[in-house]
Amino acid sequence: MAHEHKLEIFRGLLKFKSNTQKIWGVLTFLTLVTIVEVGLGIAKPESLTHSYFLGMKVLNWIFIILTLVKAYYIAWDFMHLRDEKSSLRRAIVWTPIFLVAYLIFILLFEADYIYHVYTDGFVKWNF
Amino acid sequence: MDSTVTTGTEENVWGGGNQPLGASYGKLMMWFFLVSDALTFSGFLAAYGFSRFKFIETWPIADEVFTHVPFFHGNYPMYYVAFMTFILIMSSVTMVLAVDAGHKLQKTKVIWYMFLTIIGGAIFVGSQAWEWATFIKGDFGALETKGGRVLQFVSADSGDRLALRDFAETLHEDRVDHEKKNGIWYYKGDALPSYSLNEVVEGVKSNPNVLIRTELINEDGHKTVLTRDETLKKLKDATLVVEGANLVRNEYGSRLFADFFFFITGFHGFHVFSGVVINCIIFFNVILGTYERRGHYEMVEKVGLYWHFVDLVWVFVFTFFYLV
Repeated sequence: MAHEHKLEIFRGLLKFKSNTQKIWGVLTFLTLVTIVEVGLGIAKPESLTHSYFLGMKVLNWIFIILTLVKAYYIAWDFMHLRDEKSSLRRAIVWTPIFLVAYLIFILLFEADYIYHVYTDGFVKWNF
Repeated sequence: MDSTVTTGTEENVWGGGNQPLGASYGKLMMWFFLVSDALTFSGFLAAYGFSRFKFIETWPIADEVFTHVPFFHGNYPMYYVAFMTFILIMSSVTMVLAVDAGHKLQKTKVIWYMFLTIIGGAIFVGSQAWEWATFIKGDFGALETKGGRVLQFVSADSGDRLALRDFAETLHEDRVDHEKKNGIWYYKGDALPSYSLNEVVEGVKSNPNVLIRTELINEDGHKTVLTRDETLKKLKDATLVVEGANLVRNEYGSRLFADFFFFITGFHGFHVFSGVVINCIIFFNVILGTYERRGHYEMVEKVGLYWHFVDLVWVFVFTFFYLV
């Protein structure tokens, strides 16, 4: 078991005195991120819902990035990956990331293709 | 006795007793399980994305589906799910605090933090049950067309959604719910909706304020509302009254939407439930002093990993089901 804790988050920008303090700090951060997400989800600012990046609304990109940020802090501080050996950390993190990135890539491309078949093809489904 | 061990010394890599990853066997196995479970959930969410991209223009808008808060009437999109998210993150925090107290061998603290974690998990599972009940019961009701598309209703004046009960006519038709007790020839029959198709159709016809809203999303991100003429024309395609949701059809829109909702949140809810059960077992073990005698609280750490994982998955489910 890793008994000594690394007490810095945000690449050393914020340093806590004890592990307990760090936990509360991370909770505050995660809560803030969730509040921002829900706020944006309810407000849906025009500028973000009408601009697109790589075929997806900027607002949705923001949600996904904020989710990954939350996931990072849950894994690093709550599941204390931060305190584990880097070899273990890499084995745990990169394996799913590679596989999932590939899966998402092929599935979404395929789905987009089917969408075009439905809209441009001669099969009527919306009746 | 130490002297009986002749093979394998500390320096020998293959001699056993090595921990190249600095983690015990149990912890590594927990991580193995979590990684494979993460891949399962990713498979579900990617399949959800697949179906959604396939029907990108007609997919239901989550804000319009999940608008309920217990004990309150009105339209509160997402507040309750945000609350559930917070509860789960909070119970994750009490779990880390339990693990932290375990490292310091403070038994009473571990007990209290484990207790709070279990309470948080129970609140979450309860909330999810309530979400499901609300989702299955439905709110407004809709019609289904021959092609399996869903037609919803809005008021022409205000643009608000209309429920079937707001405008459906009461015709004195012969409507009997076919139940098992009514005859031995009974095999199965669909339960009757609160209004028959005829009653809804007549209601729309006699009520000029009622417009049909189709599944199609326009450029502003809203569902398309038909004009009165189009409404009357579209009405002819309707074949069924749909109220609430089941695995075949739902009043919210695309059939796959409800299927994925039940499947993904159900699978996650099952994880939370088993997490609560495992937490309870560990909780009683802590009270009995099992880990005190063992000299370390690694079991608490291991279930802690599982519990955080459940939280981690929820963060993604929350984003992809409710936000995006």
